[in-house]
Amino acid sequence: MRKIIGLAAAVLAMGLGVASSFADDKLKVGFIYVGPVGDHGWTYQHNEGRLAIEKEFGDAVETSFVENVSEGPDAERAIERLAREGHDLIFTTSFGFMNPTIKVAKKFPDVKFEHATGYKRADNVSTYSSRFYEGRYVIGQIAAKMSKTNTIGYIASFPIPEVVRGINSFMLGAQSINPDMKIKVIWVNSWFDPGKEADAAKALIDQGADIISQHTDSPAPLQVAEERGVFAFGQASDMIKFAPKAQLTAIIDNWNDYYVARTKAALDGSWSSQDVWGGFKDDMVDMAAYTNLPDDVVAAAKDTAAKIESGELHPFKGPIFKQDGTQVIGEGEVLDDGTLLGMNWYVKGVDGQLPQ
Amino acid sequence: MAGLDVFQAIILTLITASTPLLIAALGELVTERAGVLNLGVEGMMIVGAVAGFAVSLQTGNPYLGIIAAILAGMFLSVLFGFLTLSLVTNQVATGLSLTLLGLGLAGMLGSGFVGTPGVKLEQLNIPFLTDLPFIGPILFGQDVLVYFSFILAALISYVLFKTRIGLILRAVGENHTSAHALGYSVIRVRYLAVMFGGGCAGLAGGYLSLAYTSLWVEDMTAGRGWIALALVVFSSWLPGRLLLGAYLFGAVGILQIHVQAAGWPIPSQLLSSLPYLATILVLVIISANRAVTRANTPACLGQAFVPDR
Repeated sequence: MRKIIGLAAAVLAMGLGVASSFADDKLKVGFIYVGPVGDHGWTYQHNEGRLAIEKEFGDAVETSFVENVSEGPDAERAIERLAREGHDLIFTTSFGFMNPTIKVAKKFPDVKFEHATGYKRADNVSTYSSRFYEGRYVIGQIAAKMSKTNTIGYIASFPIPEVVRGINSFMLGAQSINPDMKIKVIWVNSWFDPGKEADAAKALIDQGADIISQHTDSPAPLQVAEERGVFAFGQASDMIKFAPKAQLTAIIDNWNDYYVARTKAALDGSWSSQDVWGGFKDDMVDMAAYTNLPDDVVAAAKDTAAKIESGELHPFKGPIFKQDGTQVIGEGEVLDDGTLLGMNWYVKGVDGQLPQ
Repeated sequence: MAGLDVFQAIILTLITASTPLLIAALGELVTERAGVLNLGVEGMMIVGAVAGFAVSLQTGNPYLGIIAAILAGMFLSVLFGFLTLSLVTNQVATGLSLTLLGLGLAGMLGSGFVGTPGVKLEQLNIPFLTDLPFIGPILFGQDVLVYFSFILAALISYVLFKTRIGLILRAVGENHTSAHALGYSVIRVRYLAVMFGGGCAGLAGGYLSLAYTSLWVEDMTAGRGWIALALVVFSSWLPGRLLLGAYLFGAVGILQIHVQAAGWPIPSQLLSSLPYLATILVLVIISANRAVTRANTPACLGQAFVPDR
């Protein structure tokens, strides 16, 4: 419903925008968020990146954001509004903003756009994403070592490649420790609904999972894990406060360096369209402190993370089989980025049907 | 035995999922029976959620949090009452703005609480009774608000249809001109009904942040206020049907999650929409008798009343 405020603000902004564009020559950086800044997850981390820009450049920049923008026709209006208001650099921070970003970018060739997790680019549209799957491989290994029931519960949001890739990487990590690991996936069809996420966590635990992993944005599943005495992993940011006894580690999105670098490029004129997909190596993915784990598991996890960082280990190294047993790549091969970006199949060992 | 355990788990989870819907919808039912349509349920809920969370965190007492949640919801509803009843603004527009105001206000008030674990409303633990196999945790192991929601449904049903107060309230919603002519203060009755609805919505929000998940994050109501509004209409303004509808919605929502966890090959998008489809379908079927439905629809719903002097 916040979008109605957005509309009202857009109408206002169209009136005011003309005046303010004469006012200063600061670089205006705008952000479009899919959730609330206070989600303590995905959007929270993007906002941390925005604050990092303000801290780095001080008075040379001016940042603003629109939160809770739904992935659909509203997104186009919100992005266009930022462009019309005279923003020079606009970050659109969810997969579903891809087509709206491209559309608006065509109308505003002088505005620079940065779209997170997508694959469509233009002269004034860059894309960037993180190889979160690297972190998921690490937590998959930890899960396999810590589970007693050999059953993992996984709360998933939407069946897009990003999420499917996470499940597969997690499972490949788990299988590298114990080939018989089982995973139960629940799709809640939402990025953010604490109640539903909590219900899904309860259902997974009731059906025998003793480790919970999530690809949704609220800390509610961790809280359930804490109550029920099972282990879980934080998502997007460190959620240890919600589950001091249950969180084993968390995959942390770190956009700060990237956002600062791109703002700097826009300031000094070196900005050009590019595609960045960074991981451990680029500090775009970090792991939170390892907690509630035996020392040998921590050491092994750190070792795996270091090997992924150095390139010695790739989570999607062959041989890899699809769910139905068909071989994708053989021994010694590694899945290419194109296949990873379009991933719409489960690896062998994942039960259940992938929603199409 | 494993099957029975899962069955019990499903029932326990669905009670938690259904309770906030039931409480919010019961409040709105009373408001609408008095002829006022308040679309601001979502806004009142979220303000209740943040107030309940904040007060219980500061005092360490979840019951004070519950009271704060009720008062916060009521506070917003008084504002709604003042605008729509005293200043005679459009109820639909005012209700929608109330939702926006509530979401924004809650986000602002709650910004300091993001990332802070809250106080959990404990569940009852009666020696012996709660330990009974299977039915013990279901019947005697809930938090107090679950029992309260059932009592509330029964009480509202009794008051609406068996008492003089209920008759007056329904008269005001049915035909405000006649009620006024008979000497009842339409505006006062409506104020009270709106405040009751606000208190219930606030309480339902408090349930989310105290019992359901015991944390505060923005937008945590995630549309439950709108579902409560829809339930009122589909229940044709009858508390018994409302109870059925809220639990049906909760049950199908939880069942679909378990079906997914069990790995049944049904598309998850279809499963996610099932609670809505099933609830609408069942309530439409039981409302098939149009005479009953029409008799229960408050005839003055959403209409402004200006007393002539």
